[in-house]
Amino acid sequence: MYKYDAIDQRLVDERVNQYEGQLSRYLNKELSDEEFRPLRLQNGLYIQRHAPMLRVAIPYGLLSSVQLRKLSLIADKYDRGYGHFSTRQNIQFNWPMLEDTPKILKELALVEMHAIQTSGNCIRNITTDQFSGVTPDEIVDPRYVAEIIRQWSTFHPEFALLPRKFKIAVTGSKKDRAIVQAHDIGLEFFLNQENKRAIKVWVGGGLGRTPILGSVIKEDLAWEHILTYCEAILRVYNLYGRRDNMYKARIKILVKALGIEHFRELVEQEWKFIKDGPNTIDESELKRVASFFTDPPYEKHTQNKINDHLDNKSFKQWLDRCTHSHKNKGYRSVTLSLKANHQAPGDATSEQMRLVADLADEYSFGEVRVSHEQNLILADVQEDNLFDLWEKAKSKNLATPNVGLLTDIVCCPGGDFCSLANAKSIPIAESIQEVFEDMDYLHDIGEIDLNISGCMNACGHHHVGHIGILGVDKDGSEWYQVTLGGNQGNFASIGKVIGPSFSAEEMPAVITKIIGTYTAQRHLDESFIDCVVRIGLEPFKVSVYGAKEVKS
Amino acid sequence: MSSQLITDNAIVKDEWVTVIPPEAAKEVRKQAGKVVMFKLTGEDSPSEDQINATVLPENGKILLPLKVYLKNKDALKDRLANNEIGIWVDTHEEIESFKSEINDINQFPLIAVRVGKFADGRIFSIGTQLRIKFQYKNDLRAFGDVLRDQLFFLKRTGFNSYLIREDRDPHDALLALNDFSNPYQGAADNSNPAWKRFDRNQQGSD
Ligand code: SF4
Repeated sequence: MYKYDAIDQRLVDERVNQYEGQLSRYLNKELSDEEFRPLRLQNGLYIQRHAPMLRVAIPYGLLSSVQLRKLSLIADKYDRGYGHFSTRQNIQFNWPMLEDTPKILKELALVEMHAIQTSGNCIRNITTDQFSGVTPDEIVDPRYVAEIIRQWSTFHPEFALLPRKFKIAVTGSKKDRAIVQAHDIGLEFFLNQENKRAIKVWVGGGLGRTPILGSVIKEDLAWEHILTYCEAILRVYNLYGRRDNMYKARIKILVKALGIEHFRELVEQEWKFIKDGPNTIDESELKRVASFFTDPPYEKHTQNKINDHLDNKSFKQWLDRCTHSHKNKGYRSVTLSLKANHQAPGDATSEQMRLVADLADEYSFGEVRVSHEQNLILADVQEDNLFDLWEKAKSKNLATPNVGLLTDIVCCPGGDFCSLANAKSIPIAESIQEVFEDMDYLHDIGEIDLNISGCMNACGHHHVGHIGILGVDKDGSEWYQVTLGGNQGNFASIGKVIGPSFSAEEMPAVITKIIGTYTAQRHLDESFIDCVVRIGLEPFKVSVYGAKEVKS
Repeated sequence: MSSQLITDNAIVKDEWVTVIPPEAAKEVRKQAGKVVMFKLTGEDSPSEDQINATVLPENGKILLPLKVYLKNKDALKDRLANNEIGIWVDTHEEIESFKSEINDINQFPLIAVRVGKFADGRIFSIGTQLRIKFQYKNDLRAFGDVLRDQLFFLKRTGFNSYLIREDRDPHDALLALNDFSNPYQGAADNSNPAWKRFDRNQQGSD
């Protein structure tokens, strides 16, 4: 994993000083609320319902055990003993004191972490596939280019005050696990006809109020041009993106308004002047950064110890659901579910964080990853160790075998914490998890993505959930709109609303009816989403609203 | 010396008189939803009336709105040759579209960009374009809602002169120019990224 040199460290240290100064000018009333706002946001600091919320960057979701222990310490010392892992692979603390934030940032800087650009109208944390570097279907490891883009985008002076936030995702596998088409810029690595690393560039995707999948702006970009090309895209956006209406300010609106051809032309015109310029990545820089992402020293020998435990049904269930194939024989990647019942999705207590850090040291070369599905991953675990790991993970409720299943709910903090929310989201997740407690039934239902957002901003990515739930406000009370047929990955699609919204109490029954329709109608081995695509929304509507209602 | 102007890392006296067109007679109707170029949305450059009503000081160095300059181009020839004419634009104006009317951008000793609101980051792209695309070499100034916390970014995007907002202390703002010692990316002030400025394989930067 990437290690800071003096340049990285100095930048982060200088940022802490800069922020400390900004905060003290604010507290001394030298800066108005309005002036401090963009400054604190670019440092991940929100003013929330109860207290400020501090969002800490986890670049492309990669953490060392040392960093995770530091996060657990911060949770204990400055917060209420837990943190929330977000769908953008970051962590959020919900209860820090404003005056403590510089101290927290100093603690973070000691372990090469920060909160830079985790919010505000700038380039946000780069996200990628949680199985980068270990998945057998990988074509190009996206982590080192993600790191190069991270450095380039950090305090990029030209893009410090964009019309709106800007998100970049990178993938290098056959199966897209980074939802690149739902990002402002999505980068998909492949090997081109000359067997060279190349990038397919998507632009103008995004969820939120106006969900749009990205358009391809460049089919085959040579990797070394990635920074200058992104720079050209961002320059056009910075100059022409709308600034008069924040709901129309994302790049997707500009791309849509101009049309992808015209937008591409403008980008090419700007690119001409910087293409092959100094920000073109050279082999030696790529090599330097790539050297941080080499394989750990894998063991060659396996004793096939795992075979002794395969008749243990609970273990087997967990093995099937929560471990994933690995490029190296004798190894698997493990997902530790943060979706146990009675736990807000994505939340981890400091105790759990410490255990995960210990497990990482013991079984996975000291590294942890955060997925955009809000779970934690140990990427390199020897099969022989899986049973021991499982038992230890179970002790802290981290081994619920529901990864990819209905109760592995992706959920934003919603009305319990977020001041933008229309409705609460966590209690909805919990009430659904309660109804689907039976593991056998869950496994029978099979893979399904359920996503919940507390408002249009779509932090819970509800549009791309097979089942999406969106909190809406009707006359000041909380209601929930349901969409079906959303999908992420290579066949990304945006879900469709099934009809009028429901109250919180109705939601578990609605989901039960939708699932009931699926299990009644599915063909053998047909997944939920495939079934929805085949039979359409109608049967689901009928089951939820009754035949009469649907007709009228 | 009481001056709000920082140029080349020092507080200096402003030798230029900045000419601002008179207020528009009536509020320009916002054209929300206008699709083609959002620069046009809700904004209008000085109108024909405003341009005509602008009074030009007869002596000394004057910093003129680009469109006012273009209107009076012929009459200002000698003063331009005398290095007395600078031009300024708002962040929604496109220098590019006037390029044909300006034969050599480097004939101006000063170009300025007015930023209406702190959060308007277009100024950074305009600076970058002036330096990199149009190869502008002389003084580049930011004025308007210019506060301490933009300065580092302004410097990196090619500005060497900053007129700090009236109610703020320029001495305080000056400190921000040194917020960061070694930025990562190449930009208008230093086109090389960190990996070309230092041998990062040695860990011995700094
Ligand atoms: S989706 Fe809305 S409610 Fe949920 S975290 Fe985002 S802004 Fe807040």
